Order: sequence, then C-alpha cells, then structure tokens
Amino acid sequence: MERESMEFDVVIVGAGPAGLSAACKLMQLAQEKDQELMVCVIEKGSEVGAHILSGAVLEPTAMNELFPDWKEKGAPLKTAVKGDDVYYLTNEKKGIKTPNFLVPKPMHNEGNYIVSMANVCRWLAEQAEALGVEIFPGFTASEVLFNDDGSVKGILTGDMGVAEDGSEKDGYMPGMELLAKQTIFAEGCRGHLGKQLMETFNLRDHVDPQHYGIGIKEIWSIEPEKHQEGLVVHTAGWPLDNHTEGGGFLYHMENNQVALGFIIALNYSNPHLSPFDEMQRWKLNPKISQYLEGGERIGYGARAVNKGGFQSVPKLSFPGGLLIGCDAGFLNGAKIKGNHTAMKTGMLAAETIIESIMAGDVASKELGLMDEKYKTSWVYDELHKTRNFGPALHKFGTLIGGSFAWLDQNIFAGKLPFTWHNTTPDHDTLKSANECEAPHYPKPDGKITFDKLSSVFLSSTNHEEDQPCHLKLTDPSIPIKHNLPLYDEPAQRYCPAGVYEVITDEDGQKKFQINGQNCVHCKTCDIKDPTQNITWVTPEGGGGPNYSNM
Amino acid sequence: MKILVGVKRVVDYNVRIQVKADGSGVATDGVKMSMNPFDEIAVEEALRIKEAGKADEVIAVTIGPKVCQEQLRTALAMGADRAIHVETDDDIQPLTGARILKALADKEEPKIVLLGKQAIDDDNNQTAQMLGALSHWPQATFASEVNIEGESAVVTREIDAGLEQLSVDLPAVISVDLRLNEPRYVKLPDIMKAKRKPIETITLGDLNVDAAASVKVLKTSTPAKRQAGIKVESVDELVTVLKEKGLI
Amino acid sequence: MSKVLVIAEHDGDQLNGSTARAVACASELGLDAVDVAVLAADGAVVADQAASLTGVSTVVLVQNPANEHAVAALLAPQIEALASDYSHVFAPSTTFGKDLMPRVAAHLGVPQISDIMRVESATVFDRPVYAGNAVVTVEAAEGIVIGTVRTASYAAVGQEGSASIETRELSVELPSHTRYVGLQTSGGSDRPDLQAAAKVVSGGRGVGSEENFSVIYKLADKLGAGVGASRAAVDAGFIPNDHQVGQTGKIIAPELYMAFGISGAIQHLAGIKDAGTIVAVNKDADAPIFEVADYGLVGDLFEVIDELEKAL
Repeated sequence: MERESMEFDVVIVGAGPAGLSAACKLMQLAQEKDQELMVCVIEKGSEVGAHILSGAVLEPTAMNELFPDWKEKGAPLKTAVKGDDVYYLTNEKKGIKTPNFLVPKPMHNEGNYIVSMANVCRWLAEQAEALGVEIFPGFTASEVLFNDDGSVKGILTGDMGVAEDGSEKDGYMPGMELLAKQTIFAEGCRGHLGKQLMETFNLRDHVDPQHYGIGIKEIWSIEPEKHQEGLVVHTAGWPLDNHTEGGGFLYHMENNQVALGFIIALNYSNPHLSPFDEMQRWKLNPKISQYLEGGERIGYGARAVNKGGFQSVPKLSFPGGLLIGCDAGFLNGAKIKGNHTAMKTGMLAAETIIESIMAGDVASKELGLMDEKYKTSWVYDELHKTRNFGPALHKFGTLIGGSFAWLDQNIFAGKLPFTWHNTTPDHDTLKSANECEAPHYPKPDGKITFDKLSSVFLSSTNHEEDQPCHLKLTDPSIPIKHNLPLYDEPAQRYCPAGVYEVITDEDGQKKFQINGQNCVHCKTCDIKDPTQNITWVTPEGGGGPNYSNM
Repeated sequence: MKILVGVKRVVDYNVRIQVKADGSGVATDGVKMSMNPFDEIAVEEALRIKEAGKADEVIAVTIGPKVCQEQLRTALAMGADRAIHVETDDDIQPLTGARILKALADKEEPKIVLLGKQAIDDDNNQTAQMLGALSHWPQATFASEVNIEGESAVVTREIDAGLEQLSVDLPAVISVDLRLNEPRYVKLPDIMKAKRKPIETITLGDLNVDAAASVKVLKTSTPAKRQAGIKVESVDELVTVLKEKGLI
Repeated sequence: MSKVLVIAEHDGDQLNGSTARAVACASELGLDAVDVAVLAADGAVVADQAASLTGVSTVVLVQNPANEHAVAALLAPQIEALASDYSHVFAPSTTFGKDLMPRVAAHLGVPQISDIMRVESATVFDRPVYAGNAVVTVEAAEGIVIGTVRTASYAAVGQEGSASIETRELSVELPSHTRYVGLQTSGGSDRPDLQAAAKVVSGGRGVGSEENFSVIYKLADKLGAGVGASRAAVDAGFIPNDHQVGQTGKIIAPELYMAFGISGAIQHLAGIKDAGTIVAVNKDADAPIFEVADYGLVGDLFEVIDELEKAL
C-alpha cells in the first residue's frame, strides 16, 4: 500500500522529558552551529503531558544545563523540597522515623523540587515549539520503518478509524511514514518499539535483563491545616514483606495537594499479590492517612518504571536511530529518580546528532558516539555508584539489603570494587499459586481506599470504542489453560486498571476478558505475564489516560 | 457563499472535572483543553458543505484569551480557510457571544452560521438561538441533517418528539447535534499547513460589544450525591411502589 | 405585581407533562401569580388542561394558524409581546424550551438562565454545568428573568386547579423565513431512542449472553422503554455499543431507569446520575448499584423479569 510520507532530519518518538529535552537541545545546538534542522516529536497522548506520570521530586541538574534561565522562563519547578522524612513501617498501625544519618545518601532531597512532570513536559513542549520543533500529540508511532539495508528510516504513525474487526470505518485515515535521518526513541519505560529495536539490533547483549517496578500514584486535595508544602515523605516496610521490594512516597505539592504513590518491584514471586491493593492498604497506615483524612482523591494513574540501572543499560545506538531515557532505562533506583537522567540522555542524543552532522552525513548511520557520550557523562557515574543498591535489596531483602545500601552509599560512596547482578527477568519470578498464600486485602472504605474501577475513572482514560484491542495475546489459550491453573491468572491482579478479568460464562466455562478501554498504558502486563504472551501495542492515537498535573 | 463556524475552547470531554475547594469554579490548571465536541461537528459540517461545492469559504471564529488560538489551529487543520480570534480575557456569556457573532456576521456576511448546540462546560445551549434573534435570521437548532438547496436549507432537527424538518431561508443560524456527522481525523501535513493559515485577531472594542457579564455566578459546588433508597423484598412490592409513583 | 409566565409545551391536542414540572418550579418563586401561555392554532383543549394545573392563576391563550407547529422564530415574537406583563418567563428545558427561550431572551435583550434545578430566591438559582458534574449558583441580571426548568428536578404539580382562560389577540408581525416541513415521531412500534426515552431498561453482564438480552428487549417493549446496557455487557458482545450507558457511552436522564444484572461501576453510574427513579435488580446484595438505586431488589433477574411481565 502506498502511504503518504513526510521527511524530517530527526523524528522523536515520545514527548516525555527525554524526547522533549532532545528536541530542545537539537534546536539550540542547530542554532549555535547555524544549521537548518527539521525536528518533529510525535506523542501518543491526546496532548503533551496526558500520559506523563512521575512522582515526582525532580533533581534540577539536567534542567540547569538545558535551560540555565528556567526560572525566568517560568518553568513549573516551584515547590522546593523543605523536609525529607523516611519511615520504616512495621505494620498497619506503626512506623518508625528513620534518623537522617541512617538514610542512604542518594535518598536525600535538598535542592530538589516537587513537580508535576506532566506540567514540566507541557512547559518543555512550549520551549521546543518556540525553538521551531513540530510536536504532534494524538499520533502514535505504531511501527519502525526499515531501509533495505536494515537500518531504521523512520516510523509509521498508527492508522486512525479502524474498526474492531479490522475493517476501515468512515473517515479511515491510513498512517503516514515519518522519515528521518535519525529517529530517537523516547517512549518511556518498556516502549513497544524500543523493545523490538533491542531485539532486532541485539542491543541487550552482555547486559542484565531490565528490571521493573509498577508505580501507582494518586493526587489528593487535603485539608489545608494538614498540608506542609515542600515536605517529602518516603516509606519502606509494611505492607510488603521482606522479600518484596518497594516503598511508598507522599509529596506535598502546591495548592493543598499531595502526590502519593507506591512502587512495587515486578520481580515479586507471589502471584496472589495485587500491587493496586497493596497501594490502597498502605494508605491506611497513620503515617500516611494522617494527611488524607478529610481530603479528596482527585487523580489516579499507574506506570511501570525501569529499575535495572547500570547493569541493565543497553547499547544506545543502532543504524538510523538512538534510544534515550526510560526507553533505554536510566532510572537511578537508589534516588528513585529518572527524570534528570532521562533529560540528560536526551541532551546527549542531541549533541551526538549535531556533532555527527557537523562531521558528515548521519542518515541511517549508527552513531556510536552516543554510547561514548553516555560513558563519560554524569549519568554513567551516578548509575555506577548506585549499581549495587537494587541487587542488594533483591539479594538480601529490604532490611539487610537496605543496611548494605547505607554502607555502600554513605561510607563507601558506591566505590566498592564489585558489581552484583540480577539475571532473572521479572516475568520469570512467579511461584505457583498453590505454593503461596493470598494476602488479605481489606474492602475499600470509599474514603481512604477505593476499588479499581473508581480509581481508573479518575485517570480520565478513554479509547475510541470501536477499534482493535491493543493488548495482543500471542496464544489466546494461555490465560485460561496455563496461567489460570498455575498462577490464578495474575493479570487480574497486577493490572492496576482492571483491564484483565477471568469470567465464568453461563455454562461454567472460564473466559479471559480484556477490557482494553480501561488501559492506562502502564505496560505492566507486557512485562509481567509469565509466558510473555501479552504484547502491548499502540491503540488509536489520542487514546489512553488524560492525566492532569500527574 | 461563506460559512462562519463558532469554536469554543473547553475542558476536554474525557477529563473528570474537579470543583475548586473554595467554590470559585472548576480547576483548569494543567487540565487538557479541547475544541467543544459539538463545535467540531459544526466545523466538519461546514467543510462538508464546502466540499459539496455549496460554499466557497469556511471561517472559524473563537472568542476568548490568547490560548484559544490552539482550537482555531485545530479548525484550520481540519480544513477551515481562515480564522478570526476575538481576543478577550473576560468571561463571555451567551448573550455577549451572540452579540459578537452578530457583529462578525454583519462584517463577513456569511450565508450560514454553524454553531455547536451547546458548550460542554457551561451547558447553556443559548448562543445560536440568541444570534438568530439578534440578526432576525431563522434558526434551526439541534441539527442532525443539513441540506442546502439554493437560497434555503432543509434541516432535520433532533427534538424530543422525534425528527422534525424545517425549511429556512438563508442566511440562517444552524446549531448542530451529536449525530450530524463524525468529525474527520486531522492529518499531520494539515496540522503543519494550519500553522501558516491566517488568524485575524480583533478586540471587543473593534466590534463595539460590551463584555459585561450579566448573570453573576455566586458559587460553584459539587452536586449532591445520590442517596441509596430502599430494598424491596418482592416484585409485587416493586410494582406497587412504581405504580404509586406513576412510573409504570 | 410580579408574575411568572410559563410557556406551555404541547402538540396541539395534549399538554406535555413537562409543563406541569415547569409550573412546579415557577410556583417556588413566591410571586403573586403563575400564569401559563398556550400558543396554538386551535388551543382550547390544551388551555383547559393547563387551567387544571394546581397553582395556575390564568391561562393566556394565543391562537394563530402560524402556531400549529412550535417554530421558535414564530413563537418568540409573540412571547416577547406577552412578556411585558411579567417579571419572569419560564419554559421547560426540553428541546421545545431550549430552542425557544434564548430567542425570546435575546429579543428582550436579557440573558437566560438555563436548566434551573433549584430556586433559592426569585433571582438566585442553581443550575448544572459540566454535564451535571458541577452546580453553579447564579444570580439573574436586572430586568425580566428568562429561564428554562430542568424537568428532572421537579415533580409535576397536580391537577386540582381551575384557572381562568384569557384569550389574547396579538398584533405581532411574524417572519416568513422559517417553514415547518414535517415530523417523524419516534413513537409507534419503534422502540424509543435511548437518550429521549422516559423509561429505560438496561442489562449488564449478569444477563449472561446475547440471546438472554431478548428478555431485556421484551420487558422494554412492554414498558415502552428504551434499551440500555453497561459497558461490561457491550464488551462481552451481548449488545451493540450504541446501547451503552455511562461515562463513555450515553448519559441519560429518564424518569425511570431499571438496571438488571448491572453491578454499577462508577463509569456506569456517571451516565444515570440524573435519572428520576433508579430500580436495580442484582444477585449480589453488595453491588454498588444499590448505593444509588431508589429501589433495590436482590434476586435472579430472569425470575424478576418474568414476574414483572406477569404483573404489568
């Protein structure tokens, strides 16, 4: 089929912190070097920021480098961190405040800002547009396009107006080819194109598998007398056992709002575990509920994060393109931050491309300079220093592992001469259901804790009704034949949006039901399904959550 | 023949709105804004009339602050030929909106003004009718089908009793309902082209219209939640209560 | 003396039930009189019906062949002429009132208050915005108050009135630019449209299958009701998605909503929160639908429908 196409110098997939930083830096450098450059960013969310979900405490390092005058330019970094509480929760009722000197250094937050990353991205998009970048929200990158020699030549945007059965509806609009000399993939954690590229170009050879967590976040409007703007609270311990990594956060933002959430490592082994319900009951601990009582929940969302860190960073360059940000995986698990590293790697990609253009033709070239730049950047140093943090927690559990992390970070500054590895991918860690005890989760009280569907409601997620399901099963029989008897089909629980259900029909037959419309694009299913049978692909452009201030 | 289409910037229909705690309105900071869905249908209809060879020019108009130009760009990307931005930071109520559109209609002399039947923020459902009155033009509200036939239009209206057909002389105001059409997807090259299409910015002063709000909003609140009723024990009991209420 | 004039909605033979609801709202204004205007070609019968509405003082009957069909452009100038005797002019917020009243208001040079759901005083009202997700309290401007009344918020007044009927001749020039062509009613054997239906019977995943949905259709036809469904039922392929009620489907406000085998996820409830009376039938006594239902019945939906049909 003959498709329309448009040509750019650089196409960037994803308008998150990495993609937008790359776009801004490309234009800044092009102007410095007096180069004409056509850069476009495509974004599957209905607008920039609609799919951005992050804690977030932002370390402004990369922002300072990208826009030294960000304050004058009105960047939405307004709430400086004023207090930094870390609690170890011992049970449902109690928590111990960890003395400051016992907190691993990377977890200190002086000089950082509590932000809505969605709003930071909206601001970055304005800067990018002012610099001449074309940004197209509401368009997906559904496929990578390759040249005959195997190099990447761009991407194909998703078709619009395809019915559930695959037929063309009225107003059908075929996808367009967006061609570029270099395509930057900045889809965020577990990008569906990034995943293919890593496979096609063997980018993950000689590195550990990526490790992930699922972060579930809510925004609350709380009573003014309980609000302490700038206060950052982190918790470890309850409700997770010593073998399940994760923890909670609660950040006091502006306007009597708090952002709170819970991250659980996706290498958990109990198939009965439900990250959503863990997050809900976590809020019942008085260290958290003290702020929420009398307040109103106004936002909900979820997103996978990558936490493999240093040992899991793949090769970043391949013929015709680059991987940046969380699409590659630069989150610093010890700091629980990846926005600054995402932004910085976006900037490194921009430098790579401009310097290579100055040296010659870059079209469909493999720019190994990107990998060199990463290795000499502070992102590398930072990830290297904290490389044993995650594996320590994994190896020894959160208590002893946490103690090691303190020694490693506060005494040895990350310079211990060994590197631990975690080579089991997260989808391979589940034990069988009958080996494990099902946690008892309390019924939602409608005040502090809620059910999944009323939560998803607050994500404002929506997908055009009549379209093919964007969650593909390689073998449709696996959920019922394999996963159900073995793991009680964990998708029912790990999905934080109630997309997957096992229902019993009239004749007592079990059926696997996919409610694709509920999807909040967190990608957990793509990561955690034990047989890797679920593939997340892009739905029609503009579908998915519509996060405000996330 | 020209068609003037009204376009309003509203909170996107997918967004769960939040009433501000102090009752001063609905939170819009960091919230996705879009073209009012009914206006999108109006733009689409105008384009279809033009594409059918029955109009020469489609002019999109919006009233509001500078950011509303985003919605005009969407209309231009869909295919409108040019756009007018009546720039004001004031809260524009339907009567004022109608006066502004009247002033623009006097200037541009369109044969048809197409508007959404209501905006999904204030849900007033007034502007088209008011414009009809002020201009002494016919109005055909809640249109689900529009046929232009020379100097008149036959419009099918979705009313409570069914589908009503009116024949109106042009110029006329038509307000559109949901089932009139399915707005098109916007193409990437058209988004880029739209950036180069002209947007004329004018002020209320240029049009000699006073923006003074006439209906005063005292406060905005969250609606009372529905309360649980009673459980009935049997079908008979259910039938009895429903009959008492005259519902069956 | 301040008086309110309520514009009657009718089809020439029958006064529309929405009029009695608008009168209920008008009666709450605490004014000296509530009058009703009947504009018709031949309106004696309708005027009689209006005169029987409780609380109405005078029925103003305006007869003109041009009023055979309710065409806003023709009615508006006549109402404008009548309005000078009144402090308020109201109409039901049906498509009739919505079409007509803003035209009247603009003729008079005043704003309109749409969808009045609560009267706080003769000039202060509550009305819904954002599809009922917020409520604004508004104060009318100086001068005559033009309003439409959200009918779901008011119960119809009774029929114990005996208002006088006053026939008025108006010398108003009516435009010729708008012509009524015809009306294709949605009544008859056709099932009413989901969004316009006064009654809706709705099924959820509990219905079990596409075949089983026939019992929902059957009951709906018996009641003259529209047919709705929850998203779960649509997703399960029991029924096409144009029947879907809820946040991503249709938002409806029938007088009676009957939910069978619908658990009541918030997404569904968002579509029915303005319904007059909600009846829920579900096997699960803990289903969230019971938290919003006026009448709940715990039981097997097929047995209940069976009994219901026999009782009707």
